[in-house]
Amino acid sequence: MACRFRIFLLKGWMFVLASLTTISAWGATDQIINPQVDRREIVIPRIDTEDFEPGIFMGIMSVEDFGTQAVYGARLAYHVTPGLFVEGTYGHTEVGETSYEKLSGGARLLTDSERKLGYYDVSLGYNLLPGETYLGEGLGFTSDFYVVAGVGSTDFAGNQRFTVNLGTGYRLLANDWLAVHLDMRDHLFNMDLLGENKTTHNIEISGGLSIFF
Amino acid sequence: MSKTRKGGRVILCTGCAFLRALTAFMALILNALPISASAEDRHLRVEVAEPYLELHVGPGEAYSVFHVVARGEKIEVLKQRTGWFKIRTEKNVEGWVPRARLEQTLVAPGEKFSVREASQENFVGRNWEAGVLTGNFEGSNLISLYTGYAFNPNLSAELSLAQILGDFSDSLMFNFDLVAQPFDDWRASPFFLLGTGVIDTHARKTVVASNDSRDQISHVGVGFKVYMGRRFIFRAEYRNSVIFAQSDDNKEIDEWRAGFAFFY
Repeated sequence: MACRFRIFLLKGWMFVLASLTTISAWGATDQIINPQVDRREIVIPRIDTEDFEPGIFMGIMSVEDFGTQAVYGARLAYHVTPGLFVEGTYGHTEVGETSYEKLSGGARLLTDSERKLGYYDVSLGYNLLPGETYLGEGLGFTSDFYVVAGVGSTDFAGNQRFTVNLGTGYRLLANDWLAVHLDMRDHLFNMDLLGENKTTHNIEISGGLSIFF
Repeated sequence: MSKTRKGGRVILCTGCAFLRALTAFMALILNALPISASAEDRHLRVEVAEPYLELHVGPGEAYSVFHVVARGEKIEVLKQRTGWFKIRTEKNVEGWVPRARLEQTLVAPGEKFSVREASQENFVGRNWEAGVLTGNFEGSNLISLYTGYAFNPNLSAELSLAQILGDFSDSLMFNFDLVAQPFDDWRASPFFLLGTGVIDTHARKTVVASNDSRDQISHVGVGFKVYMGRRFIFRAEYRNSVIFAQSDDNKEIDEWRAGFAFFY
């Protein structure tokens, strides 16, 4: 009887041991198959891109034979590389009288609507001298000296005229996104109003503001 | 223009009054219009993994380096312009770094920051294209705006508006073209086009013996597009056009165009 009881105890122990081994083995298997690694989700926020630069300008424009008047307009530039940009411009001015009209006392070459001059052009620009400008102690701004060249059309004296424009400008960034411009442009187009067909140089000097977005 | 310091006070001469006013104005703009502070926590934070990272004062190699960030420092990426990124350091120093340098920083341990930048693959798989071309239309100057939609890398449809400015007349031309581009994966890829449109001719005021007219125009053309980088392409083409004139015999036109375009 005592012997039987001992065998029963032994079996019991073996059962408990086997169960424990199984449980521990199961636990170990679980670890190998399903590693509990926390994978971090990386969400990259959208980074604001600021390659466009719209702006407005005002200044004076000298139209050959017709005197110098105020000019105003708007520009939109797209910056392709740190150096290169493309730019579309629209400008408007109203010309005065030629010397001939003033001296002849009454003879008029153009009607009032023909005296309105509007131009558009598309230009390529290059930031030739990028650098910094200092205004007083510790107040520095990034600035560029750029050159532009392009083609366009000028609506003046009743006709559309193919126009080449060449110019230089200076851009000073007041902060990240606001720029102050000083520009000088020469608009070259042909005029045949005063008898002969000649290429005229029409100089425009302007100042403006633009924003980057 | 002299400036002296007396007992800690800066005295400016009258000649500098304008400069002082301008400086004050600039400072006012700087203070009055800061970047919205609420946007700060949305900025991406990365860790400098190279021995050092140089900050430029402006977006471009030509702008001078004014600050250096050490390895292990965290920086915030604020914005980008022409492939340059404006960043802010932990000490609130702001400067510009190029894309290639920023791509050496880590967004998470072992994970480099990568920027999706337009490439030639994007050019091949583009949908929309728009540009400006200038050239010669049988001796007259031409300026043209166009936009195109690509059905697949080899075939696209284009609409273009051209202004033609000659000595005796100016015209406005509107065209619809089909463009076939057989070797779409070449960097300089040739194309063929076939199209039709309308040309409105307006005689110059100073020319007496000429009338205004509206005629149909058709053309075949050949040209090439060159991928220039980012979203920019150069394009040049030759077109042989026929104007179906109402008043006279048909007129054959040689036309050259070249210019730049974007794709997106």
